[in-house]
Amino acid sequence: MSAARVVGRHGRRLGRSGLPWLLPAVLLLGWQLAVSLQWLSTSILPSPLEVGQAAWELTRSGELWQHILISSQRAALGFVIGAGIGFTLGLLNGLSHRAETLLDTSVQMIRNVPHLALIPLVIIWFGIGDAGKVFLVVLGVFFPVYVNTLHGIKSVDPGLIEMGRSYGLGQIRLFLDVIFPGALPSIFVGVRYALGFMWLTLIVSETIATTTGIGYMAMNAREFMRLDVVVLGILIYAVLGKLADTVARLLERQALAWHPGYHPR
Amino acid sequence: MPSLQHGSHPDTGAALSLRGIVKRFGELPVLNGLALDIAPGSFVAVIGRSGCGKSTLLRLIAGLEQPDQGEIRIDDKRHKRRNDDVRVMFQDARLLPWRRVIDNVRLGLPAGTAPLADEVLRQVGLAQRARDWPRVLSGGQKQRVALARALVHEPRLLLLDEPLGALDALTRIEMHRLIERLWLEHGFTAVLVTHDVAEAVALADRVVLLEDGVPAMDLEIDLPRPRRRDAAFARLEQHILGRLLGAGDPTALPAPAAALPRLRRSA
Repeated sequence: MSAARVVGRHGRRLGRSGLPWLLPAVLLLGWQLAVSLQWLSTSILPSPLEVGQAAWELTRSGELWQHILISSQRAALGFVIGAGIGFTLGLLNGLSHRAETLLDTSVQMIRNVPHLALIPLVIIWFGIGDAGKVFLVVLGVFFPVYVNTLHGIKSVDPGLIEMGRSYGLGQIRLFLDVIFPGALPSIFVGVRYALGFMWLTLIVSETIATTTGIGYMAMNAREFMRLDVVVLGILIYAVLGKLADTVARLLERQALAWHPGYHPR
Repeated sequence: MPSLQHGSHPDTGAALSLRGIVKRFGELPVLNGLALDIAPGSFVAVIGRSGCGKSTLLRLIAGLEQPDQGEIRIDDKRHKRRNDDVRVMFQDARLLPWRRVIDNVRLGLPAGTAPLADEVLRQVGLAQRARDWPRVLSGGQKQRVALARALVHEPRLLLLDEPLGALDALTRIEMHRLIERLWLEHGFTAVLVTHDVAEAVALADRVVLLEDGVPAMDLEIDLPRPRRRDAAFARLEQHILGRLLGAGDPTALPAPAAALPRLRRSA
């Protein structure tokens, strides 16, 4: 019996529960230790305990929840609109050759403009309200969903489509029974990419010209050298990002139970 | 519950008639003025070397492609694209991987005909796999599901496009028996395209050898059913195989004539 097999068996049992969290926990411990032993000055990085304290204070005052709520609302609204447009356009261009000829070149051109480069323009257009942030999230989310929906539809096995047609499926049933489920794995890839872009866009746009949200909380704290709050803001982004990805993954597992890549072990 | 047991009614199977069929891919004609009549309820095997046009012929009959010239008539009605009396079994099973076995069989069925799907799945011996995903099935089981999916529509003409090509020898023989039994029970007309002469002899009433886009041999197979692989079977198989190899076999050409085209081909 080799050591690798023993580790393998333990790894499998741990893998479901704890293993993915082992490395973050070790890092956290190391961080706390480094600050406690004064290897790291608290003016460079506050200790995890200090960050925890800041979180507790802000939670008690209700301020933290408000910022999280506002940021989440911006993210969700932007995602729904952007992913909706991306999905619809992806469908349209994937199903209709004429639509693709008409639209795809334009979409690809716009895609090559980094959407964050529009920030100065967005501030002028929308001021410092929510609309500008949501607009940027929409742009950031739109392209990954569009590209992957289009790709998913194009890569549906033509043999299955031919079979569906010859088995008497009309256009609508053909879409619902064959094309959409076939494109779904790729659409999910797009959604998960889009969730990453969603937070990235929000982080950047919330640090500029705003008075609410997690990004504002962090930027504001910087003015007062409250490094614990700055780090807290970064951590909250990490947690929210992970949360969104986990939800997407759960949905993916549900919807793609048939897929050899997703079936439960 | 609707019954699928028609017995061997001659009126269940569709009559098929092809006249002057021409199909070109680019300049090259794959089918060249082909004419063929197939009697209702019969089982016809179309054999030939790869590239002889047999799969194209089947796709034309299925309405998946249109002939450049000529006419295909099913029961004396001109056949265009889609026809609910015609079902195809493809080379690969083409099951929808995101639908469970029973839902694959139900594909395209009108609502309220669900019991039919259970019954047909039972007939192909897979009733207990109804709730499985297609990916966990073996190749032979997948083709049995595909067969059930075709039969559930009660087709009057079943087209089989080398559906057993990828299966192992033992599974093929099992599938031959299953297809023969269901054909006898349901009474549909069957057209099988295959390169396997033994398969043609095991299943068909009639074997048509396709060469350069036209029938080069048309042979009745008058063996008792269910078919057994006895001496008469072997003699027929040998006879057809000899005919198939004799024509267009480069090794059968006289040596001097064969040398030149071969060199050209490899150049």
